[in-house]
Amino acid sequence: MTRPAYTPEAQIAEDIEGYLASHRDKDLLRFITCGSVDDGKSTLIGRLLYDSKMIFDDQLSALEADSKRVGTQGQEIDFALLVDGLAAEREQGITIDVAYRFFTTEKRKFIVADCPGHEQYTRNMVTGASTADLAVILIDARKGVLVQTRRHSYLCHLLGIRHFVLAVNKLDLVDYSQDRFDEIVADYAGFARSIGIADFTAIPISGFKGDNITALSANTPWYAGPVLIDHLETVSLDRAEQQAAPLRLPVQWVNRPNLDFRGFAGQIASGTVKPGDAVRVLPSGRTTTVSRVVTLGGDLEQAVAGESVTLTFADEIDCSRGDVIAAADAPPEVADQFETTLVWMDDQPLIPGRGYWLKLGTQSVSATVQPPKYAINVNTLDRLAAKTLDLNAIGVAELSTDKPIVFEPYAQSKVLGGFILIDKLTNRTVAAGMLNFSLRRAQNVHWQPTDITREDHAALKNQKPRVLWFTGLSGSGKSTIANAVEKRLSLMNRHTFLLDGDNVRHGLNKDLGFTEADRIENIRRVGEVAKLMADAGLIVLTAFISPFRAERDMVRAMLPEGEFIEIFVDTPLEVAEARDVKGLYKKARSGALKNFTGVDSPYEAPEHPEIRVNTVEMTVDEAADAIIRAILPLK
Amino acid sequence: MTRTLTHLDRLEAEAIHIMREVVAEAERPVMLYSIGKDSAVMLHLAKKAFYPAPPPFPLLHVDTTWKFQDMYALRQKAADEAGMELHVWQNPEAKERGINPFDHGPLHTDMWKTEGLKQALDHYGFDAAFGGARRDEEKSRAKERIFSFRSASHGWDPKNQRPELWNLYNARKHKGEGIRVFPISNWTELDIWQYIQQEGIEIVPLYFAAPRPTYEWDGQLFMADDLERLERVLGRKLETTERSIRFRTLGCFPLTGAVESEAATLTDVIRETLLTTTSERQGRVIDKDAGDASMEKKKQEGYF
Repeated sequence: MTRPAYTPEAQIAEDIEGYLASHRDKDLLRFITCGSVDDGKSTLIGRLLYDSKMIFDDQLSALEADSKRVGTQGQEIDFALLVDGLAAEREQGITIDVAYRFFTTEKRKFIVADCPGHEQYTRNMVTGASTADLAVILIDARKGVLVQTRRHSYLCHLLGIRHFVLAVNKLDLVDYSQDRFDEIVADYAGFARSIGIADFTAIPISGFKGDNITALSANTPWYAGPVLIDHLETVSLDRAEQQAAPLRLPVQWVNRPNLDFRGFAGQIASGTVKPGDAVRVLPSGRTTTVSRVVTLGGDLEQAVAGESVTLTFADEIDCSRGDVIAAADAPPEVADQFETTLVWMDDQPLIPGRGYWLKLGTQSVSATVQPPKYAINVNTLDRLAAKTLDLNAIGVAELSTDKPIVFEPYAQSKVLGGFILIDKLTNRTVAAGMLNFSLRRAQNVHWQPTDITREDHAALKNQKPRVLWFTGLSGSGKSTIANAVEKRLSLMNRHTFLLDGDNVRHGLNKDLGFTEADRIENIRRVGEVAKLMADAGLIVLTAFISPFRAERDMVRAMLPEGEFIEIFVDTPLEVAEARDVKGLYKKARSGALKNFTGVDSPYEAPEHPEIRVNTVEMTVDEAADAIIRAILPLK
Repeated sequence: MTRTLTHLDRLEAEAIHIMREVVAEAERPVMLYSIGKDSAVMLHLAKKAFYPAPPPFPLLHVDTTWKFQDMYALRQKAADEAGMELHVWQNPEAKERGINPFDHGPLHTDMWKTEGLKQALDHYGFDAAFGGARRDEEKSRAKERIFSFRSASHGWDPKNQRPELWNLYNARKHKGEGIRVFPISNWTELDIWQYIQQEGIEIVPLYFAAPRPTYEWDGQLFMADDLERLERVLGRKLETTERSIRFRTLGCFPLTGAVESEAATLTDVIRETLLTTTSERQGRVIDKDAGDASMEKKKQEGYF
């Protein structure tokens, strides 16, 4: 076995200082390798690590032993074993997660994201592609452009990768045929154009034999280059473009060690910054100038995109985590409604209308997603009608945030255009998304200020507006108790209104059914109506099962602090079912009624309700009295 | 005019970004400090990330009582210079039972380090812990996220990791759950050495070759750092020879193999690292006790 090392061992041995000096100035290229198990992806990466001397003797002897024991290459070294790190992967011979590998050559350092190729691992590939500058698309020369080739190329393009290498692999198995290579390249070129990949570099290789990896192979005299490593070492990165763009610095943390220092820490997403630069802090829009770029090693004259810095300002202006410091004359947009492309990453599908945490840059807000406009079949790239998005599905949907965020389209800025969605209950990262553009209606619909305020309405009614939100199982007694509470409030000369679940569904919400998405929309509308009534000064009582914590919290967030009173009508399922006033449990148990809370749809009990009434121990009047006592005083 | 950031500039900026995210989003972060070179780099990065403030979290050393004397000597000094509080935790049960690497084998690591770490995190209520693990060290680490979640019982589930895209980290968790955060995940051993040189970071002298008392055990070379204690535990005299040795990684002295070397300066050490033919963890006994998947298994049990 030959050992072609990039590491110039002679220089290291004789002139280590010189070697280190040259190594210090290396840039970093991150790339992703795409291909399925059979395309020889792990073998190629193993080969790159081996050729760049990133495999040590002890690892090599372990590898040789493993290869003989469980390898798929007979007595030859199975490089794939080197990179498939998880036990499950080694047993099944597949790659199920993204692994990051490192190697270095004379000109560059490399981080390789090694991603699984199967369709069920789309999310892993998207993860690996999100940080890559370049994609190596592997093709088995015997098989040509496959469905998965198209899928991988599409995903990499979707995530904004601009440099593509088409590595036509296993050329040794087609007798190093130029015709075969040309045929595959022509085939791929047509497809690449159709999805908007402007350019790619095709290289005929054999990862297993080492052809055209580090040096031109005698087996392909018809190929003039470049070889894979040369191309990776020299492909031009978009650093200049990134630094030429206007300044964007998402603020991570405010540094206040003492009263005399107030610094704003963050990583520069684009542009450059130096003392004296005029900047604008968004979303507030206030302007100031930069006074210092502070580091441990002394102040900098200038900082550039990619660096993590701390800035101080000439003026004391409001600026905190989530704000974006931008060039004063070229600020990014601020909006709260967007068209987005989403990649769903969780077992639990998208629930349109539900509130998710959205994290973009250093901003965290609550966001809801509309039903998708369409989903994309990642194999054919056809647009499909979709009501939701399942694990690994990709779709386009409108999204709105509960407050405006600072953003740029993803095509312009990965930092200010890429986001994740987080489930509020499980805290899992459920989706990755890209903001395509903001929707005009957010810009053109303005809030019309009125002269009579909500405080005026409330003062006239001589009461503090509240929303008494009754939640509990069907048959728990919500409507009955809410009714008794309203009667008491009316006798106390209070202005009230009772919004009842069944009644609202006769009018405002008669277009809604009982699917999870419809139930969420039902609660959203009721929340908005309750909020308007509270603005009008009323004490609003609502009686809805409202089974999901996320939606109750959404309504809570709509109202001023202290005005949302969650009342948990706590009745065990057996008791509610035994009462079965409307005969609904019986229907649900027989299967005649679907999505019934407590039977085949979950009820998420409040964790910290303002008031809890136990209807097993209390009568209706006792419960109503207890609630009144708890909300006093009413003014 | 464009300025090209070097790979070290980029790795540094990434690590600082990660540390600031944790400080902004976690309630009680802590930095695990093992006194080794990776810890030294991490501590230096923390100073840079929060300057002019001192790093807004304490250091935690999960001690096994079997570390090298030189390591203990540097520990408090490093914390003081950074203006940080230092917590030292020694598993009281391991202490009481006199757990040691000779009589108890794998139990030594399990009790002192794995259990000790869990105890310390629970004791102080830390919800996010920085660790200096790198992806190039070991195969299962290559697949671990930068923000790695641990259940309330500190377990790691490799099949159920949160996707980590761009530089967005989801730090949300339920009460009792914790995060292990690895800011230098993407650094290689050579990056660490070069950064130490570039920034002039102080490290334990054991990384540099010097004449030291050594003994052989199971075909590997060890340093008799505390001969009296070694002989007491072993119940017999140990034959030691003075050799010029150094260490590529530092752990418990009876578990950390030395290499014979003349590399007495940082440049010499880097040259040796570049020309070496064995991997860094080769001197660590811990990786070998359960075959292929030993580190993955340890991590599932809560080891860092």
